[in-house]
Amino acid sequence: MPQIFHRSANGIARFVLWGAQVAFLLVILVWTGLVRSEFFTEVARAPRQPVPFSHRHHVGELGIDCRYCHGGVETSASAGLPATEVCMTCHSQIWTNADMLAPVRESLASGEPLRWQRVHGLPDFVYFNHAIHIHKGVACETCHGDVDDMPLMMRAHSLTMGWCLSCHRDPEPNLRPPAEVFAMHWKPPEDIERVRKSLIDVLGIDTATMTDCYVCHR
Amino acid sequence: MTGRRLALVLLVAALAGCDQKMADQPRYDPLEASSEFPDGMSARTPVAGTVARDADLSATPTAMPFPVTMKLLQRGRERFDIFCAPCHSVAGDGDGIVVERGFPAPPTYHQPALRAASDRHIYDVITDGYGAMYSYAARVPPADRWAIVAYVRALQYARNAPVAELPAQLRARLDGEAGG
Repeated sequence: MPQIFHRSANGIARFVLWGAQVAFLLVILVWTGLVRSEFFTEVARAPRQPVPFSHRHHVGELGIDCRYCHGGVETSASAGLPATEVCMTCHSQIWTNADMLAPVRESLASGEPLRWQRVHGLPDFVYFNHAIHIHKGVACETCHGDVDDMPLMMRAHSLTMGWCLSCHRDPEPNLRPPAEVFAMHWKPPEDIERVRKSLIDVLGIDTATMTDCYVCHR
Repeated sequence: MTGRRLALVLLVAALAGCDQKMADQPRYDPLEASSEFPDGMSARTPVAGTVARDADLSATPTAMPFPVTMKLLQRGRERFDIFCAPCHSVAGDGDGIVVERGFPAPPTYHQPALRAASDRHIYDVITDGYGAMYSYAARVPPADRWAIVAYVRALQYARNAPVAELPAQLRARLDGEAGG
């Protein structure tokens, strides 16, 4: 009885068996790399906005406080976006004919809101709360980066679960005195290690429960 | 047997069609757009005449209703620096950064007419706006408005404080800087 397979079938079989394993590992490697890459986390990508609002100009050059526009940040989960009236508080008098600002004037006249595109959109099963972070000494720039140097708003960090957990597991390196939370490019004082240790107590940061599921998920 | 197998295939197909969309659940994020309303806003404004359950319905006080403590002044300073300083400047001279960029200059707080103005006048200007200034009623709640009033009074007093009233430490610094 003749052989069914040619001798070379051995090589092919070995190639397929090993190749399948290598391909499997490759897929996992590429995938885990990809989901952490800026392509997926949308870091450093500025969505197209109805008005090219520049934080670099308003924060960096003019020094306007974050809370002038994001008024809910100290009291509620959402930091909030400014109403059209907030833009027009200044722009009813300056840059009144700028083409760039035409959508703002139209919004004020018609009552239709500006449709800003969300830059930091978390999944709906994450219940992030701005106020608690502000009151526990986590600064704006810790998560939002050098906003005062962004001509167009973009994500500075991935905001993945792993990224959040890296701080929830060990918050100390990211803490600062609450009075400095809104400061940009804050320079920690010499004795910052001691200050951070005491902040855990002073601000009542419960490190034991900070990685419990219910803290972020309901 | 074939029937059962077919049912299993259909069940699997049906389950695969289930999409829980946990990341985008059927509820609104704050300020999310909505197709349900003509103006496209999911965040609705209350009907005219709505009174909040915890609203303070007493008449607006004519003068500072809180004891002027260091805490109140510090709160006032913080709010002043956020909302007022862009135009009025941190010292209240009316030459803030936004005025430098072309906004009509507001009057300085240190002129006699405003030094003589009542607490309530300053409160009302914050609430209703004045001239080119928009209302800040939606941005600064009443208690914070009074804190700002207290701080504006402090700014006014600071410009005219008698040297004799300075604490020893500040007095020494003033003498040092004046001498140097």
